[in-house]
Amino acid sequence: MPDDLADLVAAAKEGDRTAFDALVRATYAETYTLAFRLTGNEEDARDVVQDVYLRAFKGLRRFRGDAQFTTWLYRITANCATTHAGRRARHRHDELIDDAHVPDPHHDRDPEARADNRELRERLQVALAALPPKLRAVVVLRDIYDLPHEAIAKELDITETAAKVRLHRARRRLREDLFPLPDEERARAV
Amino acid sequence: VRFDDDRLSALLSDVADGTVDPDAADLVALEHDLRFQAELVQYRKLLRALHSLRLEVVDPGPALADEVLALVDEGLERHGVRSVVTSRRLAYLAAATAAGVGSAFVLARRRAA
Repeated sequence: MPDDLADLVAAAKEGDRTAFDALVRATYAETYTLAFRLTGNEEDARDVVQDVYLRAFKGLRRFRGDAQFTTWLYRITANCATTHAGRRARHRHDELIDDAHVPDPHHDRDPEARADNRELRERLQVALAALPPKLRAVVVLRDIYDLPHEAIAKELDITETAAKVRLHRARRRLREDLFPLPDEERARAV
Repeated sequence: VRFDDDRLSALLSDVADGTVDPDAADLVALEHDLRFQAELVQYRKLLRALHSLRLEVVDPGPALADEVLALVDEGLERHGVRSVVTSRRLAYLAAATAAGVGSAFVLARRRAA
């Protein structure tokens, strides 16, 4: 965590509201990105982000600093996204939109790599969006955000074994979707 | 050695991300089966691509930060109003209790007199 973020966290923990505002401004885009990847649509992602910071504000004093602040936020985001999905399922009985439009992300690093991998990343984002939400959540948290299985299981309210099984299934679907082997391509064509 | 599909998929993706070292039998199978090797390469590509998404940020626009901060303010305000109401209730209860105790004391003294 950069020092300035650590300083902001320390000040916000002491009740400095300006520091908390600065923390929100420094991290909200990343939090939104994760929320968007978990929920698959913009409207839900915005709702989740609001819940996340409200919860973070209330719980900041309990943040012990043994993990990075951003990791702590990711865990809250995962938990809020799960709660939000459950609420949606109870009230509206509609599926999370799996094939939602994925807006172009803003690339701001390494233009050469950007050009080389852009197509693959775009296909990957589409494939991720097409995964069932339960599989998507695990692969996003593990393989993009590096959360350990234990943390993922806790925030999604599932067992560690279930988290691992979902991860394997998600990776397999993505692999078959993005890099099908010849026999898989033939099977798909039939 | 043949793997069932789930075990194969689990093993290959775990080998690709470095969390599992295949045992000797699995290693032999992996090294002698071109399909397994091809799949392993694809898993490695997939994991690299997934990691690369970590650097990408979807911009929600600056309005979201303002919305979040307004919501926190609203929450604080509600909490503040609740605190004021709670303090008033407590003060009222304390006053009512004190008045009740005082009245009981006066009545008791009158009866005694």
